[in-house]
Amino acid sequence: MTVTSKGFAAALRSATPWQHARISGIGGYRPRRVVPNSEIVERIDSSDEWIRERSGIIERRWAGDGESVIDMSVFAAEPALEMAGVKGSDLDAILVATVSWPYQTPAAAPLVAERFGSTAMAVDISAACAGYCHGITMANDMVRGGSAENVLVVGVERLSDFTSRDDRGTAFIFGDGAGAAVVSRSETPGIGPTIWGSDGEKWEAISQTESWIDVHEQKLDWPHIGMQGQTVFRWAVWGMAPVAQRALDAAGVTVDQLDAFIPHQANVRIVDAMAKQLGLPDDVAVARDIAYTGNTSAASVPLAMERMVRQGEIPRGGLALQIGFGAGLSYAAQVVTIP
Amino acid sequence: MAQSEQEILAGLAEIVNEETGLEPSEVQSDKSFTDDLDIDSLSMMTIVVNAEEKFGVRIPDDEVKNLSTVGDAVGFIAKNQA
Repeated sequence: MTVTSKGFAAALRSATPWQHARISGIGGYRPRRVVPNSEIVERIDSSDEWIRERSGIIERRWAGDGESVIDMSVFAAEPALEMAGVKGSDLDAILVATVSWPYQTPAAAPLVAERFGSTAMAVDISAACAGYCHGITMANDMVRGGSAENVLVVGVERLSDFTSRDDRGTAFIFGDGAGAAVVSRSETPGIGPTIWGSDGEKWEAISQTESWIDVHEQKLDWPHIGMQGQTVFRWAVWGMAPVAQRALDAAGVTVDQLDAFIPHQANVRIVDAMAKQLGLPDDVAVARDIAYTGNTSAASVPLAMERMVRQGEIPRGGLALQIGFGAGLSYAAQVVTIP
Repeated sequence: MAQSEQEILAGLAEIVNEETGLEPSEVQSDKSFTDDLDIDSLSMMTIVVNAEEKFGVRIPDDEVKNLSTVGDAVGFIAKNQA
């Protein structure tokens, strides 16, 4: 016997789309405690000069009491919402990109929503250092697809909780902080097409050192984030610069038309090498927030943009090329207008 | 056409010079990249990628740690050149 439908498929309505979206607000939060290289060097038998040469990092921030993943998300979101002219309670969706929220479940995003008195859709994105740029694309598509009018995208990390103080490859790299953007309806294009993807074959290049199951069953020490520096460097510079170029091409923008290049703040050597590969003219401002913030994974791109906007280094309404790349390996790049 | 080890050494010295500013004459077979030439791991990777392009060879990440001296790199490139 054949099952037949009731025949009302034609009655189904789709959401009403909206043509364009843009970043309408940006904000950041840097933890109170400044950690200079001198605090790191002893346990990794290193020096301030060695760390600066290899990473460009002068100091980073480590979160303390009252600076949880949720707290920092809220502190970063508040100025972003203010710039956007949107109330937290009026948000339609909240996306939180993080790898250092210490609960397997639930996600951090509903707790961020609750702090704003919001019951909006709220989920986390696990794409490590690429998570924020994924969130911008997802928010853009949600607004344009008619699922939301205003979306909060947060990139937040407390990587100090997952950093080994004795690992010479990572102890000096990671920092804590949060950046946030509001993505809203727009009358003109504000977020270009995204070039994104993954390479799971290289998943071990950046990963938690052991699974939670192994930690539990083998009574191992608290795991941390490990990284194969050379592999990541090669992939980031020679793999990601072409991705950034494709994002420019897809947006119909040339390097000469850019006002800013805001790559994930992985390492200043990667930032400089990418800028060289892209052939950026000298008048394009290049984000080097890593010097005073360290590598804050998902938070690094919005934190870098927030600093550049706040300090008047880049013009509001200008064009920025941003790219996130990291564990997965995962990546996402797009051209956006600067809020 | 495969190049002689002498030609590879000269080409490698140019790449090292471009990345680090070291005089090509200092880049000799018995020199250690890290201990003698003071080349760090990220500069080493830049040299590796540029050498791949210049000599038409593939140098996997796992192989890089085995190339401790300039001579090791020249030998690997000579052996693996098409």
